[in-house]
Amino acid sequence: MKNIRNFCIIAHIDHGKSTLADRLLEHTKTISERDMQAQVLDDMDLEREKGITIKSHAIQMNYSQNGQQYVFNLIDTPGHVDFSYEVSRALAACEGALLLVDAAQGIQAQTISNLYLALENDLEIIPVINKIDMDGAMIPEVQDQIIELIGCKVEDILLASGKTGIGIEEILKAIVERIPAPKGDPEAPLQALIFDSVFNSFRGIIAYYRIYNGTIKKGEKIKFINTDQEYFADEVGILKLGLQPEKEVKTGDVGYIITGIKNAKEVKVGDTITSMANPSKEAIKGFEEVKPMVFAGIFPVNTEDFEELRDCMEKLQLNDASLTFELETSQALGFGFRCGFLGMLHMEIIQERLEREFNQTVITTVPNVSFIAHTTRQETITVNNPSEMPDPSRLERIEEPFIKAQIITKPDYIGNIMTLCLGKRGLLINQSYLTPTRVELIFEMPLTEIVFDFYDKLKSQTRGYASFDYSPIGRRDSDIVKMDILLNGDKVDALSALIHRSRAQDFGRKLCEKLKELLPRQQFMIAIQAAIGAKILARETISAMRKDVTAKCYGGDISRKRKLLEKQKEGKKRMRQIGNVEVPQEAFLAVLKLDE
Amino acid sequence: MAGIYLHIPFCKQACYYCNFHFSTSLAQRPQLIQQMLQEMVLQKDYLGNQPVSSIYFGGGTPSLLPQEDLRQLLDQLYTLFNINTDAEITLEANPDDLSPQKLQELRTAGINRLSIGIQSFHEEDLRWMHRAHNSEQALQCILDAKAAGFKNLTIDLIYGGPTLTDEGWARNVQQAIGLGITHLSCYALTVEPGTALDHFIRKKKMPAVDADKAARHFEQLMNRTAQAGYEHYEISNFALPGWHSRHNSSYWQGQPYLGLGPSAHSFNGHSRQWNLASNAGYIKSLEQGIIPFEREELTPVMMLNEYIMTTLRTSAGCVLDTVAGRFGEDSRDQLLQAAHPFLQKKWMVLKNNALVLTPEGRLFADGIASDLFFS
Repeated sequence: MKNIRNFCIIAHIDHGKSTLADRLLEHTKTISERDMQAQVLDDMDLEREKGITIKSHAIQMNYSQNGQQYVFNLIDTPGHVDFSYEVSRALAACEGALLLVDAAQGIQAQTISNLYLALENDLEIIPVINKIDMDGAMIPEVQDQIIELIGCKVEDILLASGKTGIGIEEILKAIVERIPAPKGDPEAPLQALIFDSVFNSFRGIIAYYRIYNGTIKKGEKIKFINTDQEYFADEVGILKLGLQPEKEVKTGDVGYIITGIKNAKEVKVGDTITSMANPSKEAIKGFEEVKPMVFAGIFPVNTEDFEELRDCMEKLQLNDASLTFELETSQALGFGFRCGFLGMLHMEIIQERLEREFNQTVITTVPNVSFIAHTTRQETITVNNPSEMPDPSRLERIEEPFIKAQIITKPDYIGNIMTLCLGKRGLLINQSYLTPTRVELIFEMPLTEIVFDFYDKLKSQTRGYASFDYSPIGRRDSDIVKMDILLNGDKVDALSALIHRSRAQDFGRKLCEKLKELLPRQQFMIAIQAAIGAKILARETISAMRKDVTAKCYGGDISRKRKLLEKQKEGKKRMRQIGNVEVPQEAFLAVLKLDE
Repeated sequence: MAGIYLHIPFCKQACYYCNFHFSTSLAQRPQLIQQMLQEMVLQKDYLGNQPVSSIYFGGGTPSLLPQEDLRQLLDQLYTLFNINTDAEITLEANPDDLSPQKLQELRTAGINRLSIGIQSFHEEDLRWMHRAHNSEQALQCILDAKAAGFKNLTIDLIYGGPTLTDEGWARNVQQAIGLGITHLSCYALTVEPGTALDHFIRKKKMPAVDADKAARHFEQLMNRTAQAGYEHYEISNFALPGWHSRHNSSYWQGQPYLGLGPSAHSFNGHSRQWNLASNAGYIKSLEQGIIPFEREELTPVMMLNEYIMTTLRTSAGCVLDTVAGRFGEDSRDQLLQAAHPFLQKKWMVLKNNALVLTPEGRLFADGIASDLFFS
């Protein structure tokens, strides 16, 4: 155990975490250069494309120094705020962390919040400045930032380049010398922390764990303490480039277990594995049920594809337990699902996976957060869907979730960020200079305000020079209303939104304008209205189509024109009828495109 | 009966709205004519020795061709195909090319019908469209063509453009009627993707097309031409009795046609094919003895849909017995059922056992056809 080192890498997106990990694997000969598919650890296509790690993984390396053989377990952590609970569990499996900072970009908000998580878990931090060979590297400034942040000495900070391999040997040495070996009692009852799980279509769910105490043995009966489920350890082993089965995995080490579980829901990150032969009474602290933060409807584009979509959603949930869904019926869109996501990125990922892996085209409705409504009859209703909102007449008050937002930027952009955040009902709580050129702003804001277009706006308002992180701080009373969209007087349930009263007018106007662009003219006039109850907030009118005939239809036009009209016919079939108005699919996505 | 279309892909300058295939460089003209002659040889059996009742030179601007080119092309056609002695031989011409001498040459070459791209008699419209001619030439060429002995004359006019007022459009129509033009093709200004016009509208350098105005102009046009005795025999075509375009009518009647030259389309009753829309590519391929084209085989449903789409645009309408005969009784019944709402709305009437659009229905011909389509 004294030669085991468990560590992770804390870094902002694009600061070179994956490349550095690749170098470590090469230097320890865990992987040959020939086998190296760039960025081994990110093995989902989507992850590679988005340049972020969605799911965490782990890999074991062997390293020798001064005649001693060391076992390194590198635990990879997700790099997005939507997945902060998973990050915290991965950190809990480590004794140390490499704090990786881009030499040209400096410390970012995401890095800081993960660093705090690491410090809370008492991890030994090894600061590393990466990309030191790049133009624009500002090593002394970044050193200052790091010293300011963790109070280390300048000589503690390693300089490296994942790209060229500079400093890799020093990092490996520091891992041995500075990160403590795991502690734990090999004789005590088994306690292993599940920090991740993956779905394998042949073998079912593979759970990754770190053993705190005891030993896990192949073939023994085990139990997950929080879910209180028992299984057989069909296979246990360690994580090399692939799975390497072992007879047992010992205290302090990181490994995997296969039990034949088919559904990801049964394996909860943060749960504790113990052995039935000598069970531990206590679970490892810090377990939480992951709760969805953002809700939206997902509907098949063609109503008849609902069963197929259900099938795909169920399969998707097998390997992504954080996705929740239940049946939803919409007048406009037919049968679909109300889904809960960890955040907007998670929602985007699910949508894309449905499209790419399952070949489903779907309509996603207006996302909203979860509100609590208190009625005059003293009921408490969780509102995850505009249709669940009680009628205003029996509504006493509504609570909405708030967050603490942390933004790090250059002083030049403070003005823009203030305008943006105050415009989104934010309250400035603190402003502090980390260094003369980096300022940290803390706001309290409603979560719902960052669900829409906040990231994009922040990026454009600061030309990308701002990083952002948030954490929930509970609910507060708020004046939330349900805004409806009406077409010729008929409500379009799929376009209803839950929104703060002060924002309803503006949102309603923009939505009406966008719908005016997206709805085709029809043979009669169409009135588009936004309303709260009976009160109309905004109105647009689409005048009747006067003419629908192309000018030319000669020898060279017939084929093209026939195809066009056939397509039009197909399109009409796919339109949804709201009263007498035919509504194309794009219109239901209007809300997500208000700023285009 | 069959038709032959020749695509002459050259223009002096690009009109902003045009999306036909053409080049403003005439450098490759001699090679292109050579290869069109060669294509005729390769395609001599395409029409299966059916009598050819019409030949049509379209473009581009066929009036740019010297007399010698025209003579060669026509000679070759007469040698290889079964051309009727009274065939309609149309050539599209631009006013700026039609000098009295040129008109005489065209007559001599055997052209017996001229289709002149007038577009408007107003200077402002012509400039806005980036046409090569002016309003004076627009008028003069018609007088000259008549003087040269062309009785079968058709002119193109465009309506709905931003510079054309309702009053200006009324004057254009009146001018054409007053000149005794026997055939008019009148087109609503259409923004085709990829054209200069499309670009200008996107860049907000030109206003978007006003569909309401185009609808008004269309109604004006229908009223005025009807008063003057013109038959509205296809959505965009109006003729005095006896002066319908034989060639274009064959497209709407589903007759076979052979298209020659880059981008030209051909139809043999069960498949459509179209040549590569590139002068250089066309020449290069034919130099190897290969016609560069793509082909689409038509299924019965595609044929039926084409029949509905093209005939609905004509005054003869969609003939139910023809539908039953070619596609089965069920298809006829289904079609009649689908047409019911339009008959009720009076956008369509049943006349001589055919579905015929009313003037109001003509404004929605596309939407109606698409609703009547089979799948």
